[in-house]
Amino acid sequence: MVDASPMTGTEMMVELALIVAKILAIVVPLLIAVAYATLLDRKVWAMMQLRRGPNVVGIFGLLQPFADGLKLLTKETIIPAGANKGVFLLAPVLTFTLAMIAWAVIPFGDGLVLADINVGVLYLFAISSLGVYGIIMGGWASNSRYPFLGGLRSAAQMVSYEVSIGFVIITVLLCVGSLNLNDVVKAQEHVWFAIPLFPMFVVFFISALAETNRPPFDLPEAESELVAGYQIEYSSMSFALFMLGEYANMILMSAMTAILFLGGWQPISIFGLLDWIPGPIWFLGKIFAVLFVMCWVKATVPRYRYDQLMRLGWKVFLPLSLFWVVLTAGVLVGFGWLPVKG
Amino acid sequence: MNLEVLVFYLFASITVAAAVMVISARNPVHSVLFLILAFFNAAGLFLLCGAEFLAMILVIVYVGAVAVLFLFVVMMLDINFAELRQGFLQYLPIGGLIGVILLVELALVLGSWTILPSAGGVAAAQTPAIGDITNTDALGRILYTHYLLPFQLAGMILLVAMVGAIVLTLRARPGVRRQSISAQNARTKELAAELKKVSSGQGV
Repeated sequence: MVDASPMTGTEMMVELALIVAKILAIVVPLLIAVAYATLLDRKVWAMMQLRRGPNVVGIFGLLQPFADGLKLLTKETIIPAGANKGVFLLAPVLTFTLAMIAWAVIPFGDGLVLADINVGVLYLFAISSLGVYGIIMGGWASNSRYPFLGGLRSAAQMVSYEVSIGFVIITVLLCVGSLNLNDVVKAQEHVWFAIPLFPMFVVFFISALAETNRPPFDLPEAESELVAGYQIEYSSMSFALFMLGEYANMILMSAMTAILFLGGWQPISIFGLLDWIPGPIWFLGKIFAVLFVMCWVKATVPRYRYDQLMRLGWKVFLPLSLFWVVLTAGVLVGFGWLPVKG
Repeated sequence: MNLEVLVFYLFASITVAAAVMVISARNPVHSVLFLILAFFNAAGLFLLCGAEFLAMILVIVYVGAVAVLFLFVVMMLDINFAELRQGFLQYLPIGGLIGVILLVELALVLGSWTILPSAGGVAAAQTPAIGDITNTDALGRILYTHYLLPFQLAGMILLVAMVGAIVLTLRARPGVRRQSISAQNARTKELAAELKKVSSGQGV
């Protein structure tokens, strides 16, 4: 926080330009990745149902995301007469922004991170817990029944599953001894946390599905009961921002799973045979793998009923994750494996 | 002007402005949204002090959980806004009094630090040098090593308060059909459905 020597004007400008360049280097590929995540989602879904999926625009439908984006851009933005205009327009922007700023602390390689802050895990947790606001604000500001119900559902759902995500993160942090994401990855040099903490890995993945409103937990936008939930009244770019934010959150949750449980940018060590592949490639590969499983789940699992969702969150995951926090702490202290700093 | 000072005034002025909007906004949902803005800028102020752990906890606990529940409740209330405004002047003296008392207390605490340097020493005791360890570590040492018992006691009080709130609002309603998940899961095809061979023209 306190600079040792005050910077001159030009130095400051250079620093600023460097930061902007770094941000663009993360955000631009991220946006392209988000566009292709929508295509991946549809393609995987289609293949599992023995369909072809989008295949008309470009070869294998590779230009489909851009066609969709252009189409949404050229449409008219409709604001309902009864809507609370400011909040209505703020909601998608908020969703999208939050999905973007979380990437500031994600380490793509050893030390390859925009902001290497001490409390990286907490930052991610804070940002992901804010995601609910976009939905709840959109649902309320639409001033319509279905969006409102969708917003309320999502608020209850996201708050419930955040609790177990918090406990899972605590379990991992107990094994790491640091809140820095780079340290979390480094601590998995010998064994990925997915192996000793396997039940927590499963709990985290399912909670991540619930946190991103993915099937089988897509109750906030359940087509069969709420039409499209909080998204009903949105059109054009405001809808596109919601969509982009949702898929960016999916990729973010995959990245979090990769960092916390699958060793982040650490290579799979088969006697050092695969160590020559650079860390960022490993990291992206792991994100892709988790993302694929998310799409797979969407294609195979039916939607949960609302009471089942609440029961799973509060009566199954919460006690289980709490138990594992106590168990992990007990084992670490009992065997003297607790990572002690300083 | 120093950049840090500039950022401080930015955060501080937005915090104060948002706080004023919280009590002056007509729509209660807008009030809660401004409250969230105030929380955010307070977190920014914490960051400026180098207290990144507190900043993140403020966002996670207050913005991520408490304010969501506020918003949840406020959104579902059916409020007559005009009626709500009428009580404003009536409660102004009491609210103002509480505000003044808090201000005086704050001034007394801060004043005692400057007037009595030894009191400041008490406040700053047990704080490890910044830069030695991260402030997550420092807070952990204070809460779980130096003040373990008071901290646990505070936790117990909160637990008792929570149990009390549940006990007060829980009422046993007779005649309510309850769902038994285990009974539902234990149901088999044989228990749920019966196959009958129906010969045509005779019915079951």
